[in-house]
Amino acid sequence: MTHITSFIGILPFEWAHYAFMQNALLAVLIVTPLFAFLGCMVVNNQMAFFSDAIGHAGLTGIALGALLGMAETPLWSMLVFAVLMAVGITVLRRYSAASSDTVIGIVMSFTVACGVVILSRGGGFNKYSRYLIGDLLSITRGEILSLILVAALFLVFWLSSFNRIFLVSTNTSLARSRRVNIWFTQGLFACITALVVTMSIQWVGILVINALIILPAAAARNLARSMAAYLWMAAGMSVIAGVSGLITSYYWSSATGATIVIFGMVFYVGSLVAGRVRGR
Amino acid sequence: MENKSPDECLDCRTCCTRLEKVGVAFGVNQVLKDINLHIHCGQLTAIIGPNGAGKTTLFRAILGEVPFTGEIHNDLSHAQKPHDLIIGYVPQRLEYDATSPVSVLDLFAAALSARPVWTGQSGATIRAARSALDMVEAGQLLRARLGTLSGGQLQRVLLALALTPVPDLLLLDEPVSGVDPSGIDLFYRMVSDLRRRHHLAILLVSHDCAVVARHADRMLFLNRSILSDGKPADVLGSDIVIKTFGRVIIPEAAACARSSQEDGL
Repeated sequence: MTHITSFIGILPFEWAHYAFMQNALLAVLIVTPLFAFLGCMVVNNQMAFFSDAIGHAGLTGIALGALLGMAETPLWSMLVFAVLMAVGITVLRRYSAASSDTVIGIVMSFTVACGVVILSRGGGFNKYSRYLIGDLLSITRGEILSLILVAALFLVFWLSSFNRIFLVSTNTSLARSRRVNIWFTQGLFACITALVVTMSIQWVGILVINALIILPAAAARNLARSMAAYLWMAAGMSVIAGVSGLITSYYWSSATGATIVIFGMVFYVGSLVAGRVRGR
Repeated sequence: MENKSPDECLDCRTCCTRLEKVGVAFGVNQVLKDINLHIHCGQLTAIIGPNGAGKTTLFRAILGEVPFTGEIHNDLSHAQKPHDLIIGYVPQRLEYDATSPVSVLDLFAAALSARPVWTGQSGATIRAARSALDMVEAGQLLRARLGTLSGGQLQRVLLALALTPVPDLLLLDEPVSGVDPSGIDLFYRMVSDLRRRHHLAILLVSHDCAVVARHADRMLFLNRSILSDGKPADVLGSDIVIKTFGRVIIPEAAACARSSQEDGL
């Protein structure tokens, strides 16, 4: 990894000489294609609201960690809570008569309320507000290694399960006729989404993480005519928006995650216009 | 009515799928009750019934998608090679928005191959998809996006997918809703032809009693349980069917239930 960051250091830009920017760039290069891939199937499964809810559940995970006296960033309690919530919503969607966005809305508001109540007790919420916007520039080498691990895990899942997730998102009965275990596939996808979102929250922020997942996929949908084109276009746009956003945030001294979202939106509007012009 | 118990059914050597006392309940709502049904190879069985009669639920039970009581047996002892039951399924409709980036080839590749669709497709998968599509005169649609297909084209594509690999049991859930009249005729001619060629057992749910009566060997009237079972003409002539749908005239396209809804599409 030192080789990579020292390579970044050779670049003839002011920002490229700082170790924190080298780390942040590396993190962006790992995380943005991951978000784009994930986002493509989140959008296909109409789960945009679900991934948003998982992001917000991070707050409750932090609160539970604080209650249990865990470290400053209680990753384990966040992960466990996010996965529990993913499974919970999957089960509720199956058994509740209410529509799934109502179910998710209820669960999300309630968990966020629990988190805020616990964290704000005694007036100490400010300490946690950094999770709302995230701080990518604070990422360390060790944390980048854990991101690489998550990315590798995700890739294995994405290679082995993609076709099943795709079939289930197309039509559950059709997937069933192809011997796909529907509930297992949906549950596993929900858990992987929870894992990726939760691992990234402290760096990109609860408020904008969902936009980073959804925007590249939404932009690629305006142009792509096949699944392969869809995923690779989303990944490409996500990486370019990510790097542009990171560098811009350096010069503007703005929050990195939010700045990347602005660039993502530029891609979305651009693809919308390009798609219309091409006439489809 | 010929709801024979399994013991009576001595001529059942070619019986592919057997449902015994199958019931499905969603909470307190008993959707299906006491379904006894033998589905035979080479036979096209049409299922008719009012809305909410449990027709789609019956398919979902056979697919194992919903929990059910009773038993479903699949007998494949007549098969040349031992294998697990292969079910082909054509859904009533696919839900996708207009911008959905799914091509026909994507759908085939995901169903036929283990290689993740986003890494591209092997030549063998592409050839298999094309020959399946050729079977239903849709070879030129291989690279088309689902959103650009007409109703009839989409149903033919889904039929081709359901027939690859050749199934033991083919389930068609209102396969021609949203298809224009000439498309409907083409679809049923293909299905009839396939039944003869591959000796398939076919279950077909339809609202259009008159049209399916021309193609079906057997007809069931379903309303939570099977209320009438026999030759299409006999079932359509039974009191309970006349009470529900009025008198249906075969073979010309007089219609029942909602078929008028399909005419305009």
